[in-house]
Amino acid sequence: MARVAAALLLVVLALLPAAAQPPSSRTVILSTTTSTQDSSLLDVLVPMFERQTGFTLKTVPVGTGQALALAARGEADVVLVHAPSLEKKYVEEGKLSNRRLVMVNDFVVVGPARDPAGVRGETHAVAALAKIAASGSRFVSRGDKSGTHVLEQSLWKQAGATPAAPWYIESGQGMGATLTLADDRQAYTLSDRGTYLAFGRRVALAILVEGDRALLNVYAVLEVNPANGPRVNSAGGRAFADFMLAPGTQALIKTFGVERFGQPLFVPIAGKTDSDL
Amino acid sequence: MDLLVAGVREALRLLVAGDREVFAILWLSLQVSGLATLLSLALGIPAGAALALLRFPGRTLVVSAVNAGMGLPPVVVGLFVTLLLWRSGPLGAWEILYTPAAIVLAQAVIAAPIVMGITLAAVQNVPEKFRLQLLGLGASRTQMVGVVLHEARLPMLAAVMAGFGGIISEIGASMMVGGNIKGQTRTLTTAMVLETGKGNFEVAIALSLLLLALVFGVNWTLTAVQQRRVW
Repeated sequence: MARVAAALLLVVLALLPAAAQPPSSRTVILSTTTSTQDSSLLDVLVPMFERQTGFTLKTVPVGTGQALALAARGEADVVLVHAPSLEKKYVEEGKLSNRRLVMVNDFVVVGPARDPAGVRGETHAVAALAKIAASGSRFVSRGDKSGTHVLEQSLWKQAGATPAAPWYIESGQGMGATLTLADDRQAYTLSDRGTYLAFGRRVALAILVEGDRALLNVYAVLEVNPANGPRVNSAGGRAFADFMLAPGTQALIKTFGVERFGQPLFVPIAGKTDSDL
Repeated sequence: MDLLVAGVREALRLLVAGDREVFAILWLSLQVSGLATLLSLALGIPAGAALALLRFPGRTLVVSAVNAGMGLPPVVVGLFVTLLLWRSGPLGAWEILYTPAAIVLAQAVIAAPIVMGITLAAVQNVPEKFRLQLLGLGASRTQMVGVVLHEARLPMLAAVMAGFGGIISEIGASMMVGGNIKGQTRTLTTAMVLETGKGNFEVAIALSLLLLALVFGVNWTLTAVQQRRVW
């Protein structure tokens, strides 16, 4: 039996290297948000990037807060995220650089069709949230430091409201699960349009506020400072950032989602700056 | 209800059509968890047998630790393995984070205490008199351990089943150390979470049916071996 165990160990040790990866200089780690993954956009872009450049890309989909924190520790080579205020903070600290805008879509405030707080038709998200807080209507928050959550917190702050239990519910989960929870609790929530469209068939929530400038959802790529940690692949990170802005990629982003949702999920904005939006 | 029916139908369609992506995910899950189970057997059987047969100070403490380890939360293992494998971590030079090798490592850590604990119980169940008799008949210590393990082989198959069943259905560690990368580290469970997140419930249901079928198939095979006592 001991011999069997030893033989097993040998087999495993022999098989392990087969599961390992190509040398590090050919591997790029992208830390990004769950929304780019949930929308399947990366499923299309990643193989394209690998074909064009010969790099192997590893995507780590986490909340925007964590994606940036990982990059700041040098655990990733490039980030694709959507929280401008946080991104700028990291750029100022010198952890990330060369922030370039990639694409944009928008957030929507959704809620039960009977609209207990009366926010339907409101043109300002901040005013809508103030009404929700004043009426004490239920609101489900992501509560996970995602880009969506960061925006939501800044909107509450601008509305001068301090969201609190029992009407304020933190799901701690991704957008899809949060929408399902909001639907179940007949609550309001803030969602990116893409995920809302993906869940449109499943939830009875309606779009109540949209089109506000404050609800723009801007995605940017940032490169990682090689000084952040050992083994940062700056060339690979730069290659992915360049790829996201290349005309071919931008053209693909422009039509992505039309087939499934009848409308594109993102608008490509390579070359634009924050003030252009 | 309509969703459930649609899910079952989708599962059958994916299976019948031989959907390449689904089969690749299924194959990866089987490979990763199979390899991790083998690794945990290689570690857990000798360690469990040693714990059962040796007497030393602090043994009760170690046995309690192993028994507690049988319920080791995968997400805790995932967190610590991630920290170890980070580029800036002590094992960063291996560069295996976000690869199947990292999932194998994490899952082996989860399964090892399970195998160890069940081996320990199985070996202790072999009467002590039998062991003494073997030694009395002139068997060496190594031969005695070999025979005792052979006697305990049937309950120890339960260790294989429990270990494999625990890690093939595990999600926390696979997600954290694997990253759920399409075509590289996407396993049945992480794919299921992703598809649910996307709102593709039919696909998620189909994947869960496949996972159940896989777990059942493996356990059926092992149970057949166990009950027939063919070896």
